[in-house]
Amino acid sequence: MNKTRKITCIVCPLGCEGEVRLDQEGNVTTDGFTCKRGLSYAREELTAPKRMLTTTVRVAGGDRLLPVVSDRPLPKDKIRECARLLTAVTVEAPVAEGQVICPDILGLGVNIIASREIKGAAG
Amino acid sequence: MFEAEYDVVIVGGGPAGMAAAVGAAQNGAERIALIERDDELGGILQQCIHNGFGLHRFGEELTGPQYAGRFIRQVAEYPNIEVFLDTTVLEVTPEKQVYTVNPQRGIGRFQAKAVVLAMGCRERSRGAIAIPGHRPAGVFTAGTAQRMVNREGYLPGKRVVILGSGDIGLIMARRLTLEGAEVAAVLEIMPYSNGLTRNIVQCLEDFDIPLYLSHTVTAVKGAARVTEVTCAAVDEELKPIPGTEFAIACDCLLLSVGLIPENELSRSLGIEFDRRTGGPVVDQTRQTSAAGFFAAGNVLHVHDLVDWVSAESETAGRSAARYARGLRAAAGRLVRVEAGSGVRVVVPQRIDCAAAGEYIELYCRVASPERNLTLALTAGGRTLFAQRLPLAKPSEMATLKVPKDCLGENPPEAITLVVKHADRGEEI
Repeated sequence: MNKTRKITCIVCPLGCEGEVRLDQEGNVTTDGFTCKRGLSYAREELTAPKRMLTTTVRVAGGDRLLPVVSDRPLPKDKIRECARLLTAVTVEAPVAEGQVICPDILGLGVNIIASREIKGAAG
Repeated sequence: MFEAEYDVVIVGGGPAGMAAAVGAAQNGAERIALIERDDELGGILQQCIHNGFGLHRFGEELTGPQYAGRFIRQVAEYPNIEVFLDTTVLEVTPEKQVYTVNPQRGIGRFQAKAVVLAMGCRERSRGAIAIPGHRPAGVFTAGTAQRMVNREGYLPGKRVVILGSGDIGLIMARRLTLEGAEVAAVLEIMPYSNGLTRNIVQCLEDFDIPLYLSHTVTAVKGAARVTEVTCAAVDEELKPIPGTEFAIACDCLLLSVGLIPENELSRSLGIEFDRRTGGPVVDQTRQTSAAGFFAAGNVLHVHDLVDWVSAESETAGRSAARYARGLRAAAGRLVRVEAGSGVRVVVPQRIDCAAAGEYIELYCRVASPERNLTLALTAGGRTLFAQRLPLAKPSEMATLKVPKDCLGENPPEAITLVVKHADRGEEI
């Protein structure tokens, strides 16, 4: 499969714009990136792009939501599905920061964790 | 009436106030009051649930609540920092009395030896940018929408147009999309985005949300609720070009059109203000033109990274503690720092030579995006100090570490920061 994409690097504020190509043998070639970190970012963007997910879940009996974050980046094409799944989750207070809210989401090997503490009752 | 005396009173318990409190505690202030009107510390960070905070400060990417959590725990480590929640400051007097109101204690009066102003900033509103048209429901600032979605659990609309490509607007485009709303377009009046490249890529391109540069909203339509906005391209003077109008159907318009330092309380102090930043004029210790009053964070100038808010506020807290303890030297020669050609703002606006350490850090914003530039500090046509940068954008604050020695034995009255281009033959 041949794939070509223009990519704006986000590794540093310079924001290099380059092109990444994947040929039929699976070789990746690039143009326009000026550092090693940029090159590896560009390759990953073409072959297996990943993103962090941040969203919220409900707290039983609470009037505020609990913000959550993935403990590692997720495949980009699973982000919406993961966010959708988390809309159905409700947790009980108290919650500790870092507590696992949804282990191994969609079997992707990534945990969704609480990004803050919620105290009991009054919380 | 509740009355108490403190070495340092800090107005505002967001990232600036928390760091100022820690800075004051670490530098020998004995009694510190941290006053916050919300029911918890953390300020705006608590609704900024996305990640990307703390890369400079902690060497890792945290979410807003995680970043706030680190400082909340740090504040709790110091028994001499007293936190007053649900407490609104009504007035700060030139005699350093801070009047407050709280549902339990009623009216309070805090007598301070030093005051740190850390009230943050507010969003520019529809009125502030004068968008014509009807006045229906469904028009919000991006930060208000962020609070609704991330803390209270409501969607501000189902089909949304966002005016302004500042970071809050971009972040909300992704957030609303993930929550099931449709973001029809983001419009930016400037020919470039005011947001971080990372946010353009991950918040718009990832979700195929169109960004219209050099476009604005010229009218809002709808009786009870927004039904449509009229958009148009703008010319070089940012005026809408007749004939380019088109309509986008939507039930919600979000405004991400800039932030203004919140200085309602500081106005009554009679201190000097900088028209460009919208905040007080300060020296490198973050002391305002009134001795013993300090300012830090977004109340002083709008930052793009919280990491620099924390660093600046620790400086202000440290300076306030020194002032309260009577350790601050009498003011030395004051050198004015001015924003010259190509520079929009520079902070601090004064250097107090008596209080200066080996280096003075200048925070600045350029007036337009530039590559291969030199930031030069000049006085009377002479360059005192210069630093090359590969890139600078108005949306990303640049920092300049200036050795005090470059001011010389007999410092000039004023120095000017300018942008120069070596490759355009400009002398540096």
